[in-house]
Amino acid sequence: MEKQVILNEKQLQLTLKRLSHELIESHGDFSETVLVGLQPRGIHVVKKLKEILEEILQHAVICGNLDITFFRDDFRRREKAIIPSITNIDFSIENKKVVLIDDVLYTGRTIRSGLDALLTFGRPAKVELLVLIDRRFTRDLPIQADYVGKDIDTLRSEKVSVEWKQIEGEDKVVLFTKESNG
Amino acid sequence: MDNLSVDHLTGIKDLTKEDIELIFKTADSFKEVINRPIKKVPSLRDITIANIFFENSTRTRLSFELAEKRLSADVVNFSASGSSVKKGETLIDTVNNILSMKVDMVVMRHPNPGAAKFLSQKIKARVVNAGDGTHEHPTQALLDAYSIREKLGTVAGKKVVIVGDILHSRVALSNIYCLQKLGAEVMVCGPTTLIPKHIHELGVKVSHNLLEALEWCDVANMLRIQLERQDIKYFPSLREYSMQFGLNKEILNSLSKEIVVMHPGPINRGVEITSDVADSKQSIILQQVENGVAVRMAVIYLLASKIER
Repeated sequence: MEKQVILNEKQLQLTLKRLSHELIESHGDFSETVLVGLQPRGIHVVKKLKEILEEILQHAVICGNLDITFFRDDFRRREKAIIPSITNIDFSIENKKVVLIDDVLYTGRTIRSGLDALLTFGRPAKVELLVLIDRRFTRDLPIQADYVGKDIDTLRSEKVSVEWKQIEGEDKVVLFTKESNG
Repeated sequence: MDNLSVDHLTGIKDLTKEDIELIFKTADSFKEVINRPIKKVPSLRDITIANIFFENSTRTRLSFELAEKRLSADVVNFSASGSSVKKGETLIDTVNNILSMKVDMVVMRHPNPGAAKFLSQKIKARVVNAGDGTHEHPTQALLDAYSIREKLGTVAGKKVVIVGDILHSRVALSNIYCLQKLGAEVMVCGPTTLIPKHIHELGVKVSHNLLEALEWCDVANMLRIQLERQDIKYFPSLREYSMQFGLNKEILNSLSKEIVVMHPGPINRGVEITSDVADSKQSIILQQVENGVAVRMAVIYLLASKIER
């Protein structure tokens, strides 16, 4: 596996700041908006965005975590059972604008599951999608993001990993390429 | 650990500690799901489950059925009364006929100990034991231990006394296995006639004095006297049983610490437990029922994930 850093810590922070400003541009003071991170990796993006948004807005932004395990379309198509993570949505999404947030948009299947899972909590006024990395031309479903940190073109055999200081030791986005693919 | 070590749930005896912890972790997620405005997930929409009850049940059957429906499984129900069983059909024939209709999982209650295990060896579908005679009732034990974990934070190191008709109780045996695997200490308490002779070999303490048992424990699980399974008299009268082994507010208040009171249901109010205790804040009887659905969802979800397509 060949490793290539797409975004380093500084660039990642800059991207997150830009995304925060884009969100403020569309959502104003966030009085009608909530952020929902998709488990397991989207929640770290939410955490970062929340910090930046609250610093700019000087008030709390409502955030939650959503686990999509039971809404996936690959149950029984895998070797192992998929073990759920924690869902934490202790607010009403009824008539709210919801921004679904994940780290990498790839096939779009996770987002499809996320939409279904989200709707079990009520009927939001609007749902938008924010992703840190959009792997273009790899979609299995007609799903596109409203806010994108960085577009990249990748092969199916490649892997994109968004890493965080508190888990992997460093904030960065890495592209893994199989050497045999040249 | 992200898969159960077993293909069927016939008894707690076959489970590992890791299996039980996996079920609890999964049940945590389902407990959150069943408190959403829409209490349903689509995971099992291509699975069909038959609930086959050769013995009466209200709570367990309802709980299983709700669990199955909240997982989006298709559910068929079958009870022995009014069926071909009365016409002389064997268990295997009955079940195989149901399976011919493309059923993936069977939840069965049967009066004979070992019926679930026997079935699991003979048929292709997954089997969940919903009580086999006086042998095991694994999902009840799981929900009991889950409720203790929820109330006290952990099961390990806790002292649990099971009071009552231990001899005829599948709940008692499954509870003993489950609690011990999770690191709890278990005591059984009841009249000599209702305590199996060699039960200490399972590593449980035995007491015939309710007050002494309650002083020792953190949790008391009060069992029902199963008159329907008692072919002879095991004690002089229900009144005498109730005076010696019934839990009332007076005894509860006389203890040096606050204990948690449980009951697997159905309650015989005034026999093993008085109403003021059953409805007190120390009782987690209704939480047990709520947790039952979440725990059964977890068991069915984890077993279903192993069904080949």
